[in-house]
Amino acid sequence: MDLAVVVLLQVLAAVASLALISVGLAVIFGMMRVINLAHGEFIMLGGYAVIYATRWGINLWVAMLIVAPLFVGLVGVIVERSVIRFLYGRMIDTMLATWGLSLLLIGAATMIFGNTTTGVSAPLGGVSIGQYQTSIYELVLIVIVAVILIGMMAILRLTKLGLIARATMQNPAMAASLGISTSKVYSVTFGAGAALSGMAGALIAPLSGVLPTMGVAYVAKAFITVISGGAAIITGTLSASGLLGTLNTLATFVATPVIGEVALLFAAIVLLRVLPQGITGKFFRRAL
Amino acid sequence: MLEVTGLRSGYGRIPILMGIDLTVRQGELIGVFGHNGMGKTTLMRTLAGHIRPTAGSIRLAGQDVTHAPPHLRARAGLGFVPQGREIFGGLTVRDNLRMGAIHSREPDRIIAAVLEEFPRLKPIIDRAGGVLSGGEQQILAMARCLCAEPKIVLLDEPTEGIQPSIVEEIGDTLLELRKTRGLTVVLVEQSLEFIRKLSDRVLVIQKGTFIREVAADGIAALADEFVGMEEAAH
Repeated sequence: MDLAVVVLLQVLAAVASLALISVGLAVIFGMMRVINLAHGEFIMLGGYAVIYATRWGINLWVAMLIVAPLFVGLVGVIVERSVIRFLYGRMIDTMLATWGLSLLLIGAATMIFGNTTTGVSAPLGGVSIGQYQTSIYELVLIVIVAVILIGMMAILRLTKLGLIARATMQNPAMAASLGISTSKVYSVTFGAGAALSGMAGALIAPLSGVLPTMGVAYVAKAFITVISGGAAIITGTLSASGLLGTLNTLATFVATPVIGEVALLFAAIVLLRVLPQGITGKFFRRAL
Repeated sequence: MLEVTGLRSGYGRIPILMGIDLTVRQGELIGVFGHNGMGKTTLMRTLAGHIRPTAGSIRLAGQDVTHAPPHLRARAGLGFVPQGREIFGGLTVRDNLRMGAIHSREPDRIIAAVLEEFPRLKPIIDRAGGVLSGGEQQILAMARCLCAEPKIVLLDEPTEGIQPSIVEEIGDTLLELRKTRGLTVVLVEQSLEFIRKLSDRVLVIQKGTFIREVAADGIAALADEFVGMEEAAH
């Protein structure tokens, strides 16, 4: 019984962490069809934002949930205004530009922070479930990710901003003809996506530590999740991370973590062979 | 209301419009008639700001909008009902209308008023735009455009691919709107019958330029002359 609860919590934690590292990329890709190869570095910047903010005496939660997303969101807006906006509709050029940006950010971070892992200790301590021990922070993380996704859904469904975002995503030219400045929408969207990535980096910093090259470890998984999820931003992220995260954890549980990773990648390949448009290209097509 | 002089534009290096002059007065309904590939839709897209003009000028309500992007033209009072209707398929009818009224201070009042003018939309208000029939989408596109309270409406082939009973309904609604709102319209059409029923003047476009202007009472004669062409186009 205890074991079942622990495995279930691990599955939920894996799903939440996949969703967390992917959702910023999903917003940028889903809304703007821009492949942001600097996604991993936005995560890394979020991690460093939290480390420096806490060193300056800012409360850890404020640093993770406010400072990091604001800082990385700002970086995102600057990147969009100075680079990305000249490249809309040119997917290969955008990939090259964001790849260059990724290398630049890794180089700059290595120069400034040094090529070592910096950590911030996880808050809240642990809790025992029967004879097993698990960290409360990981459980809180599951709740935070759920709140982020529900919040995004609420913004998209219920607010004027969300309506503008959905309409622009579906038909930018027509939105422009109704008086919407699509370039402003894209700028805000890119900033929001970057802010979410920054928050992801901040929230995983206590678990994994922060390193200039840490983004590389996340960008591949984030891409696999977003592409497997398909066009719908939230439903896609949730369904893909649900499927892949569960498989990963269960395979890890019965075999080893390496087999878990292999299972995740294998599942993604099969999924894209069967559903080339991703999960939401076939199911939940009207979902967000 | 709308003054266009010497307008030229095209796709890339391929010129389509070869110097268009057009003046539309307040409350007027101008028909633009021509066959496929003569530049009708290019003209509409250039007026709406989706294609950059290479020469000439466009003035909208006294304001020069020649180089303004589409969203600023829309805010200056230009309404665009494009060919193919371009409904937001994933949004409900209501949300499509809310997008039309997005810059309005009282969107609910405007949407309610527009629904009175397009009662056909009332029972389908919560349905997704993508599942509507072509005719319903056309009506929605017109209603959405009116939610922005435009000074002038560009209407590109509203009858294309739509069943005759709804074409008639669209025509009647337009006539009614001209009476009640004093709507100013530029209507592009391939259907002479439809254009004859609605227009004050008709401009005939051929190879990117207006070759002729016909007043309301001369449209019938135009019909006789172009009837062969119209059949040839089908």
